[in-house]
Amino acid sequence: MSVDQATVRRIAHLARIAVTDDEVPHLAQELNAMLAFVEELSAVNVDGVEPMTSVIPMKMKLRDDVVSDQAGADIIVANAPASEDNFFMVPKVIE
Amino acid sequence: MTQPTDLTLADARNALRDRKISSVELTQAHLDAMEKARALNCFVAETPVQALAMAKASDVRLAKGEGGVLEGLPLGIKDLYATKGVHTQACSHILDKFRPEYESTVTAQLWRDGAVMLGKLNMDEFAMGSSNETSYYGPVASPWLPPKWTEDNARSALASDKRGLLVPGGSSGGSASAVAARLCLGATASDTGGSIRQPAAFTGTVGIKPTYGRCSRWGMVAFASSLDQAGPIARTVRDCAIMLGSMAGYDPKDTTSVDAPVPDYEKSVGASIRGKKIGIPKEYRIEGMPAEIDRLWQQGIAWLKAAGAEIVDISLPHTKTALPAYYIVAPAEASSNLARYDGVRYGLRVPGRDISDMYEQTRAKGFGKEVRRRIMIGTYVLSAGYYDAYYVRAQKIRTLIKRDFELAYASGVDAILTPATPSAAFGIGEKGSADPVEMYLNDVFTVTVNMAGLPGLAVPAGYTADGLPLGLQLIGRPFDEETLFSLAEVIEQSAGRVTLPKPWWN
Repeated sequence: MSVDQATVRRIAHLARIAVTDDEVPHLAQELNAMLAFVEELSAVNVDGVEPMTSVIPMKMKLRDDVVSDQAGADIIVANAPASEDNFFMVPKVIE
Repeated sequence: MTQPTDLTLADARNALRDRKISSVELTQAHLDAMEKARALNCFVAETPVQALAMAKASDVRLAKGEGGVLEGLPLGIKDLYATKGVHTQACSHILDKFRPEYESTVTAQLWRDGAVMLGKLNMDEFAMGSSNETSYYGPVASPWLPPKWTEDNARSALASDKRGLLVPGGSSGGSASAVAARLCLGATASDTGGSIRQPAAFTGTVGIKPTYGRCSRWGMVAFASSLDQAGPIARTVRDCAIMLGSMAGYDPKDTTSVDAPVPDYEKSVGASIRGKKIGIPKEYRIEGMPAEIDRLWQQGIAWLKAAGAEIVDISLPHTKTALPAYYIVAPAEASSNLARYDGVRYGLRVPGRDISDMYEQTRAKGFGKEVRRRIMIGTYVLSAGYYDAYYVRAQKIRTLIKRDFELAYASGVDAILTPATPSAAFGIGEKGSADPVEMYLNDVFTVTVNMAGLPGLAVPAGYTADGLPLGLQLIGRPFDEETLFSLAEVIEQSAGRVTLPKPWWN
């Protein structure tokens, strides 16, 4: 499997990372180098092997279904690049 | 008395208890050393006011004969631990000006036990790197002089672009370099594929990545959640044992942290290793491995044997699949974890035509090259049509890697001894610029341990012919960090404590 330039643009858009035309060929090359590196995995026999879901077996704990976070709205938005009246400000999304 | 900064953490603790030194004196000595060492670029934020206030409070407690296990001891904190009101960016531009409103569980436990915070330590951006060269704040120089360099050579390189000086390893490069340069008594670090053990090996320091679940990940900036684990880097095995005892423990805020008591790790330092069965995996003898690494390994075997351990050959047949499988699992998890950086809730925002363009511009500008590459590969392997071929297959291989270790332990092996790294430290600007995979190979011996969730410890064991430190790695059974500390102490005692470089950077 190898990545072409159209795929690079599609992946970049899925990842929400802007790429310039100059970057695309180089990125394709780098991604292909990584895919070549992991290619040897296709030769490993994984028949009947369960994919790992938890590296250390542990029982998931449940907590009581109650409000536990006492942080105020001003704390939640304290680090926002743009906020007003404790709301996050974003560019207009609805016409 | 020797310089306060030359004390080990354990010695400093005893000196504080015996009132031979105050925490304020000890802390000020470290703040002075940090100031003189700024060119090494270990710290990305210094917190002297906070440090001295914490030290003063410690002195009050110590005077009353009170105080926790780390009372008054100045430490450095890796930039990926959330510290309330203090620089926390995982050395990324995308977390620009982020000041958390909360404290990570691990650092909260250190402060609970009386430790003093000196500042935040440099690291590879989001812990993605093996040389500390991907940091938004620039590379960290190791205090070790490059072979055949004079102090004058090194000082002039330090004053310019640092090229040719040695990397401290990564991603916890700031932590390792600061500990080796005696800017702090110990440092927090974190390890996703080798980020504690490789820098420890490169700088002649000791580092332990405990079992997955031993420390809470709450408040640590996430890279690959199923692999990330907190741990300390310090100058001795004992110092690491003391620090881990404070960092470890159950936390209801991290469902993957384990609800089990934390042993007194310091007690296992110096305990007999007689009768311990040590596995030597043949798959770690890789092609092209320098002869001096192999000699170091044989020397380590001889030391453990002389202390009464039994050496057995073992096989971990899926070893060579670990690194490629890691480069599927880790980027996949990273692409998901790093989706949160959108320029809305915190950090950097770059304006765009519309909201989607704002996301794309923010993430293009905010993430460095290596992070963008890993997010993209992660996005690719998780995308429709490739998920089974890459991600599911890699998780199956992870099961096989873990099974290899389980079989070895079931056969009676108590711990496994391997080299920590395939080489000594290399120069800044020397590796990975043409081919990223060249850099990834640094973690060939350490990454298996993260894939299997096991504890792993790197301890200095000798030097290259050029005088650079080399480390050995001990891998343990799940939650048996104690055996690692006992074995590592034997290696440390046999090899003799590392003589750290004189402060040529002052």
